[in-house]
Amino acid sequence: MKNRLKVLRAERDWTQADLANALAVSRQTANAIEKGKFDPSLPLAIKIARLFNLTVEEIFIVDVD
Amino acid sequence: MNEIKHNELHCSQQKTGVKHLAIWTLAWVLSTAFLRFGAEYIWDYQLAYSAIALMTHLAIGIMMILVNVKHLANLDELQRKVTMDALGITLGVGLIAGIAYEQLEDIKLITFEPEINHLIMLMAVTYIISIVFGNRKYQ
Repeated sequence: MKNRLKVLRAERDWTQADLANALAVSRQTANAIEKGKFDPSLPLAIKIARLFNLTVEEIFIVDVD
Repeated sequence: MNEIKHNELHCSQQKTGVKHLAIWTLAWVLSTAFLRFGAEYIWDYQLAYSAIALMTHLAIGIMMILVNVKHLANLDELQRKVTMDALGITLGVGLIAGIAYEQLEDIKLITFEPEINHLIMLMAVTYIISIVFGNRKYQ
């Protein structure tokens, strides 16, 4: 699953540590989600969406294949 | 700001959890040694003392399990996934290798009696390797 986290984070001039702090996860987890290596749970995806005032679909893009 | 404080609290809880887990694991290891060597060198296999030592050992073991469960609950979802994957692999390797190892003597492929210590060492190594690979996978 792809996502726009890196862009959204850059727009706010946040570091990965800032994002991790805001989401109450480790920096490793924030990094893995941003790189698309780890798909967050639905509650965490909603938390991310609320943090950026967007919907989950506006941040996460599901690969069709 | 509240979220940053929340995360600092979360990190601090995780550190405390790891510390408690280390303490209870060490206590369990020591109680294992105390049970084994105490019976032989201290109370000369007296039933009452052996029973007390065994009950203490089991109680400490149960505490170690409960602390481990609490520690797992304090991990974030990726950390929990890496840990649960490692535990699953370790359980599988322990079961498969343990049964195969136990049968080695029965089918005369080895001449010595299989020891549980070897299985525990294999499981410990498997767990550590699984954690390392799991963490590297998500870096």
